[in-house]
Amino acid sequence: MMQLGPHAAFIVTAYAAAIAIVAALVAWIVLDQRHLARLLEEFEARGVARRSGRADGEKW
Amino acid sequence: MSLIQLANPSRFLAVSGRALPWLSAATVLVFAIGIIQIYFAPDDYQQGATVKIMFIHVPAAWLGIFGWLLMSAAALGTLVWRHPLADMAGKAAAPIGSAFTLMCLVTGSLWGRPMWGTYWVWDARLTSVLVLFLMYLGVIALWRTIEDPTQAARAAAVLTLVGAINVPIIKFSVDWWNTLHQPASVLRLGGSTIHPAILVPLIVMAIAFTLLFLTLHLAAMRNEIMRRRVRSMMMLQAAAPAES
Repeated sequence: MMQLGPHAAFIVTAYAAAIAIVAALVAWIVLDQRHLARLLEEFEARGVARRSGRADGEKW
Repeated sequence: MSLIQLANPSRFLAVSGRALPWLSAATVLVFAIGIIQIYFAPDDYQQGATVKIMFIHVPAAWLGIFGWLLMSAAALGTLVWRHPLADMAGKAAAPIGSAFTLMCLVTGSLWGRPMWGTYWVWDARLTSVLVLFLMYLGVIALWRTIEDPTQAARAAAVLTLVGAINVPIIKFSVDWWNTLHQPASVLRLGGSTIHPAILVPLIVMAIAFTLLFLTLHLAAMRNEIMRRRVRSMMMLQAAAPAES
């Protein structure tokens, strides 16, 4: 087991804070992506298409 | 493939879609190696086990600055070439850079309390990093305030380039002023002053954090392309009844 000495609480809190910040960032980007993909699919279903059109193999 | 070809949003989506899984896997792998190395890294002779905070604090600080440099390069792309992908690169980097800067401030504060006896002191290094964090928030707020993305991109690009003056201030603050923060010990003339047993895990973690930043930035840029497509589709839909 790793020995963190008398300042273990500071070390553990620092790592926990770093993990929480990265987790929040990843969650925000993933949720944002899902939200935008859903909106684009809804537009697609309603027959709204971009004027520039889609490239080969492009979903939207 | 030339840079101009990649700068096409559709092409960028295709290439980044293929690169993201590999980049994510590389990020996880290098983080795993770094964490194992941190576990076995020795304590510092003066700071004891608190030196382990350095393995996240220093890479977070580097990436906080890297984020602003990336935004500055994108700002040039916006103002000089007026390329929409440069706008998106700048916009996508701001929240990620701000998160790494916040991580630097929080972990530095938690390292400072046991080593300096205080969570915070208004010295040049700490204050200039806090200014960097506030400038990130300013750029994010600017993007959200101006509705037209092209106008928002130009305003954010100007603010970014003005804010770039803070980057050398952060770097050299420990040399120019008498600060509580230690001077540079990794990136300095004459080489690093850190023992390899601690330096190697630090470098590995810096690579892991950089890969994480790039992975998140690519994903966030893809989101920005999608957001612009949603916007143009909304405008098309809004204009449709008037045209028919």
